[in-house]
Amino acid sequence: MLSFMDAAQALADLTEISSQVVHVAIVDENGAVLATTIPDSGRASRFVERVATLLDEAEELRRAHGLPGLAQLEAATLEGSVFAVRRDGRVIAATTRPDPTVGLVFYDLKHCLRSIGEAPASNGAAGRTRKKSGDAA
Amino acid sequence: MPRRLMSAFMLAIGSFAGSLVYRRRMARRVERVDLYSDDGSMASIAAGSPEAERLLTLARELVSLAR
Repeated sequence: MLSFMDAAQALADLTEISSQVVHVAIVDENGAVLATTIPDSGRASRFVERVATLLDEAEELRRAHGLPGLAQLEAATLEGSVFAVRRDGRVIAATTRPDPTVGLVFYDLKHCLRSIGEAPASNGAAGRTRKKSGDAA
Repeated sequence: MPRRLMSAFMLAIGSFAGSLVYRRRMARRVERVDLYSDDGSMASIAAGSPEAERLLTLARELVSLAR
């Protein structure tokens, strides 16, 4: 069974390796917040509510375009991007600065979700290991 | 005189290169929504369509909430 500490550790690892991510929230299959970098609880719950609405709207859009199941999305605005990745009912959503390295952000978010699902011994064992200055590009 | 001419020439080259980089960077910053499916297919919906605007409005709220 997943503990809140596992998700918090995965989030700490993510924010350590990815300099592009501004804030992140991990939500379980019931919509409960497992971990977030947003310090204010009120803002964090509003953030998670908006993410759920964003995913609902994206589902409608996906159906309208005849795509199979939605796995991940990026909504790019001039002020920054919103990323969301779904895996086994869990969702990880992140905001970034404008013009992020899309593939790298998705990789880091997916790695974070995977590490939560893994056994504690392998938590955070693979992938990138530290922030790189190139991430800021 | 040749040195001043050379400086002016280098300044012009630098300005031109800088404007190219700036324009290329700005062109990449377009608002859009990219949806990725389980099977690896992707749909990109550019800003301007009503369906993309709903998602982009939510995305803007999320970005400002997370600041």
